[in-house]
Amino acid sequence: MTETLIWTVVALIFIGVYLSWTAGRLDRLHTRIDAARAALDAQLLRRASVTQELATSGVLDPAASIVLYEAAHAARQAEEDHREVAESELSQALRAVFGEPEQVELVREAPGGEEAAGELAAAVRRVPMARRFHNDAVRAARALRRHRKVRWFRLAGHAPFPMAFEMDDEPPVALADRPS
Amino acid sequence: MRIGIVCPYSWDVPGGVQFHIRDLAEHLIRLGHEVSVLAPADDDTPLPPYVVSAGRAVPVSYNGSVARLSFGFLSAARVRRWLHDGTFDVVHIHEPTSPSLGLLTCWAAQGPIVATFHTSNPRSRAMLAAYPILQPALEKISARIAVSEYARRTLVEHLGGDAVVIPNGVDVDFFAGAEPKAEWQGETLGFIGRIDEPRKGLPVLMKALPRILTERPGARLLVAGRGDEEEAVASLPAGMRSRVEFLGMVSDEDKARLLRSVDVYVAPNTGGESFGIILVEALSAGAPVLAADLDAFAQVLDQGAAGELFANEDADALADAAIRLLGDGARRAELSARGSAHVRRFDWSTVGADILAVYETVTDGAAAVDTDEKVGGLRARLGL
Repeated sequence: MTETLIWTVVALIFIGVYLSWTAGRLDRLHTRIDAARAALDAQLLRRASVTQELATSGVLDPAASIVLYEAAHAARQAEEDHREVAESELSQALRAVFGEPEQVELVREAPGGEEAAGELAAAVRRVPMARRFHNDAVRAARALRRHRKVRWFRLAGHAPFPMAFEMDDEPPVALADRPS
Repeated sequence: MRIGIVCPYSWDVPGGVQFHIRDLAEHLIRLGHEVSVLAPADDDTPLPPYVVSAGRAVPVSYNGSVARLSFGFLSAARVRRWLHDGTFDVVHIHEPTSPSLGLLTCWAAQGPIVATFHTSNPRSRAMLAAYPILQPALEKISARIAVSEYARRTLVEHLGGDAVVIPNGVDVDFFAGAEPKAEWQGETLGFIGRIDEPRKGLPVLMKALPRILTERPGARLLVAGRGDEEEAVASLPAGMRSRVEFLGMVSDEDKARLLRSVDVYVAPNTGGESFGIILVEALSAGAPVLAADLDAFAQVLDQGAAGELFANEDADALADAAIRLLGDGARRAELSARGSAHVRRFDWSTVGADILAVYETVTDGAAAVDTDEKVGGLRARLGL
């Protein structure tokens, strides 16, 4: 009788430690998602800011300036549930304007243009990076949260179910191309 | 930025991953970052000042060749101490799925962790069995880097998730500026790699060689790399053996000079390659490249635009292509020019900037790397 009791207590402790460890794993994943999301937000904001700066600098022709300004403005002002669409539209606007290497050259030749073009190139390259890291974290957390032990024991607490950030982040060819 | 880099393979043995880490560390130090590399190494090996030894490595068969890995209680303790003393802003692990320091670091660290996946092994049963063991450790990686589109595909298939592709770097100007050596010039084919490792492909080249040497009476083959030289030429007719020259292990300078000198660089590797740094080095030196059409090689060679490809393990196709290239100086010059332009994207200035961009993305606003106090964390959670 005592022996059964001891074994039950040992088993319960073991299960408790295991669940606690899993909760810790989940907690770490949620922290990772938060950090990745903050990094993604920062990169998206940076991209929109550089675009807006370029659009208002007068280096580009008026049509291209308006297209870029509108897209960058919409991306910055977008509500959370419209964000993915707005950012995708900014990617498309950037691709439309900077599709030709000549356009990039034009920006580079303007005073201070070298720096602006470099910043934009860095921004369009880092957005896909940050998005991949974010979605990778989301996938890992989702895989764990779908597990029985997590659902039955409600180890995720009140944390919202993580959502991937889906958008078109293909950079413009002329900007993304590595030096040749 | 304080950067900790973890090398899974023994520092004593030269290899692609080790060279990549050495060049990355030196590039980052030149840019003014503080870098510490943790690597397995014998106690009496002279180490560069930025390398910290994690103790001796044990030879283990891994990924189709014998690798010298480090694991066990002592290694784990050294990893923890290194993490604790280093207070790194970011830790960059290489090959985190290999049973070595990378995995141990993943286990012991918390904070911004970047991992580079070099190999692309086919899906194996061992991998499937290891998945539940690996997963909790791999979950801690904030950013994954794959060295090629091919490596990324295998990573996504095996482990799920995603990675950014950043190729391995090469100091292009070091190879482009090397002085050719007269005695290595004049209808020469070049091969660099371990002689006794079949997947490096020397046997395929040896099978193709008799026909090449018959058709091009002035041609020679120069082989640089470790291994049994007598055994390597055993399949050749006796009269031809003198036209294969073994240079043994060569220094970096001699490797660059060799690549600058040869008429055609041959890469007959049969598999297990996820990148092909040697091809990038050959292109940097302006050598016309003839390579097996492995996925990874085709990608480095821009699907055949920057170098010629032949059907993998097909000695006849290799012989045909080699004979054609040796007889066509204009084509060689064209390949050399295209290769030199294409290879700029693999220069450290580009690759290093991309890797730093990854570091900055994951460290933005994050706390520094620290050891993961599992017991302490548990105690806190239980309210003790």
